[in-house]
Amino acid sequence: MESVFGLVGRDFAIVAADTSAVHSILVHKTNEDKIMVLDSHKLLGASGETGDRAQFTEYIQKNVALYQFRNGIPLTTAAAANFTRGELATALRKNPYMVNIILAGYDKVTGPSLYYIDYIASLHKLDKAAFGYGSYFALSMMDRHYCSDMTVEEAIELVDKCIMEIRSRLVIAPPNFLIKIVDKDGAREYAWRESIKDAPVPTA
Amino acid sequence: MARYDRAITVFSPDGHLFQVEYALEAVRKGNAAVGVRGTDTIVLAVEKKSTPKLQDSRSVRKIVNLDDHIALACAGLKADARVLINRARIECQSHKLTIEDPVTVEYITRYIAGLQQKYTQSGGVRPFGLSTLIIGFDPHTGVPSLYQTDPSGTFSAWKANATGRNSNSIREFLEKNYKETSGHETVKLAIRALLEVVESGGKNIEVAVMTKEHGLRQLEEAEIDDVVADIEAEKAAAEAAKKAPSTKET
Repeated sequence: MESVFGLVGRDFAIVAADTSAVHSILVHKTNEDKIMVLDSHKLLGASGETGDRAQFTEYIQKNVALYQFRNGIPLTTAAAANFTRGELATALRKNPYMVNIILAGYDKVTGPSLYYIDYIASLHKLDKAAFGYGSYFALSMMDRHYCSDMTVEEAIELVDKCIMEIRSRLVIAPPNFLIKIVDKDGAREYAWRESIKDAPVPTA
Repeated sequence: MARYDRAITVFSPDGHLFQVEYALEAVRKGNAAVGVRGTDTIVLAVEKKSTPKLQDSRSVRKIVNLDDHIALACAGLKADARVLINRARIECQSHKLTIEDPVTVEYITRYIAGLQQKYTQSGGVRPFGLSTLIIGFDPHTGVPSLYQTDPSGTFSAWKANATGRNSNSIREFLEKNYKETSGHETVKLAIRALLEVVESGGKNIEVAVMTKEHGLRQLEEAEIDDVVADIEAEKAAAEAAKKAPSTKET
């Protein structure tokens, strides 16, 4: 089962997600990037039905880009979150997207923020959030250790604690995780946490 | 002849589509716009008619981005331009969504021209009253391109071109003076061409430069003034050089 979680720090936000792509009992790949860079200062971590995840997040990304070209300025994180929720809500009673989303962004005026958007179009602005079976462990760890105004080092320590818990306590635990960060300098990959590396492919 | 311009779907006996030709008239009355393609730089320069004192000039942008690597300038009905530009921007994102690749300059030009043609062959509508100059770099090969479309829906690629007011004079100048340029030289050539028909000064010209690395950059008024000053100095020096040999002879 897929895990995505995130938290807000002093002047940044972090999103972490597992990187396994699974179909029934088969693991397709262990390095799937589920955290999309929505625009220069936004991250969209998504979990759920693989096809829906790709389709929906790419659709949101292109619409966010279109807004920027039309209006000359980027969407705020709040606006992007509400737009995303709106699209999920519109599709809900016809052809729902089975995607859970953690949207994190940094705005110059309001600083870092994080939004929890589930597949039935709930929207919550939060300091910490998690999806999937891993959320039982991640939320408990974050409830215990999170405090406001954390530095990057403290936040990564907490993220690592959550990953440790998920790895040790979840029966089918995803082996690898990807951590991305967004701050005033933009959205970017922060680190991988790998416990299984693919065997190197031998050359002919 | 007046009987054949009411319904756009009707040809005149001598094969004219008068509505399209009238649309071209509207273009000829619009602001002058110049595009010049260099080896690594493409420049668009547009005439800015004097802004009313109370108008916020920042809200009137004549050179716009369609995507990160494509820009457009036009001459003619600006309201029609808004509609066309909006459709083109949507198409750029839609193409990226379905094909996972940014549009090529030719693709989006073909799309815009196709749209303009559709409105010359549909009931109850009139053609778009504008010609566009579309610039951009091919996302895969990095080759710079400049295209022009017009109300009839035709398009073609150019090394340098002009549209709008006095475009014939500007084109003549470009035909005489065009050579392969790069970087700042391309900017100078574009501004020199526009200055043939426009009063000199940063206040009357809007210039945007596109490079592969930095995308589209609008030049500040001060930068334009600098280039204009350079051009005038070169012109003066050329005049002086013309006069000097004759004095030496006497």
